[in-house]
Amino acid sequence: MIEFKDVTKSFGQHKVLDRLNLQIPAGQITFVIGKSGEGKSVTIKHIMGLLKPDFGRVVVDGEDITDLGIDEIRQYRRRFGMLFQHAALFDSMTVGENVIFPLKEHVKMPEHEMLKRVEEVLTQAGLPGIQHKFPTELSTGEKKRVGLARALVSRPQFILYDEPTTGMDPLVSEMIDELIVKTSQEEKNLTSIVISHDLKAALATAENIVFLYKGQVALAGPPEAFRSSKDPVVRQFFAGKVAGPMEFL
Amino acid sequence: MGAKTWATPVAWLGRRVIRATSELAEFLRFLKEVFHWTFHRPFRVQLIFSQMEFIGNQSLNIVLVSGLAVGAVFGLQIGAVFQVFSAENLMGAATGRALCQELAPLVTAILLTWRAGSSMTAEIATMKVNEQVDAMEAMAVDPVSYLVVPRFLASLTIVPLLCAVFIFIGVLGAFIAGVFLFNVDQGQFVEKITNVVAPRDIWRGLVKSFVFSGLMAAICCRYGLRASGGAKGVGKATTNSVVVTLLAILAVDVVITYFQIVW
Repeated sequence: MIEFKDVTKSFGQHKVLDRLNLQIPAGQITFVIGKSGEGKSVTIKHIMGLLKPDFGRVVVDGEDITDLGIDEIRQYRRRFGMLFQHAALFDSMTVGENVIFPLKEHVKMPEHEMLKRVEEVLTQAGLPGIQHKFPTELSTGEKKRVGLARALVSRPQFILYDEPTTGMDPLVSEMIDELIVKTSQEEKNLTSIVISHDLKAALATAENIVFLYKGQVALAGPPEAFRSSKDPVVRQFFAGKVAGPMEFL
Repeated sequence: MGAKTWATPVAWLGRRVIRATSELAEFLRFLKEVFHWTFHRPFRVQLIFSQMEFIGNQSLNIVLVSGLAVGAVFGLQIGAVFQVFSAENLMGAATGRALCQELAPLVTAILLTWRAGSSMTAEIATMKVNEQVDAMEAMAVDPVSYLVVPRFLASLTIVPLLCAVFIFIGVLGAFIAGVFLFNVDQGQFVEKITNVVAPRDIWRGLVKSFVFSGLMAAICCRYGLRASGGAKGVGKATTNSVVVTLLAILAVDVVITYFQIVW
């Protein structure tokens, strides 16, 4: 489980997280939603140890990661896989080299086993046999799937998806959502955290949703809790209306 | 009123000094990190060789052409002056010494900054703005270890070698100019060079080249890692890295030359 205890983070005068208390259960798909600038990416960066809170603690599986040193944090990050918004594949490498990258960096295993694992995750992502291709030869959806294969290759405990369907057409979006669910089902004990604006996907895919507003959790719970919520801010966000109590800066 | 008119330029100067100092401190911290990863695992030998090929092999032609041209032109200029005093036999020696101590390390550094340094910045900056550097960090791989150290070590190894090639080919250019245009005796040309140019002169040039190459790689990679703001940011980082590297090389050149002459 990932816990945020009174986490506060400011950039200059702008307080992004304001005594944020948050719990992300293990082994589930959790969507973190909220309008732009509400601290979703800042939250994910705290989980990865890329940012440190000004106040408060971040606890992962009972271990306080807030004050870990640079070597410890690097060791800690090996438990994560991350799919970036634009996949962030290395252009100079082939698909195979991209996917094998985390294994070559951190895992001691024979080369043929690494190659076997690469084929396995690419098949899981629905793209077998494309190791020789370069990222520039792939469509946006394919790049995302290769990014997912790279995130999964070292069998992480946590996988973070940063806006996985933003800018995608509806078909590719649905395919990515299905892949998130399929991956979560196939990989035992995998905790999936999805940063998204996509409410439809969150309601259809998530087991747990966290709605951030003004640097705090406005509502957290299963999709049913959101469907039945009477909170005016939550209703406004779900209705996608500009008029309402939600403040826009 | 008087105090106010003075306050603005003083404040401006103060801000500049503070900014420059903090930039320098940040760069020194970055250098410390580069040195840390230079001597710590993992050692990325394959990446170092690949960078050596890129910096060295792919820059060889431009170094050869430039070396020949600079040597010949410098030889011509020196020869024209020396001819007035009927001392054109000394043109080889003068050109050789100038090439070893100053021209070769400086021109090689300028050429390499223009060709390899700008490419280092552009490549790393593109990776930065496309989140590839973030992805690397997310995969628990230090970007300095993976992206900077191989380029830094490859530069330190290859640029002094290219400088040596520049010296050799430059002297050849001066030889061609001297022998064919000023009718200098071939034996005299070689004899004067061997009399005047000592191994210490070559060594001084190579030391300079070594320092310049480290500066070039560190500054260019640093600008790449600091890039932001899409394609425009990549362009800005590349231009700034080249300008700052060249200014830094010139400044360091003055300092090294001073100490080499004093000591």
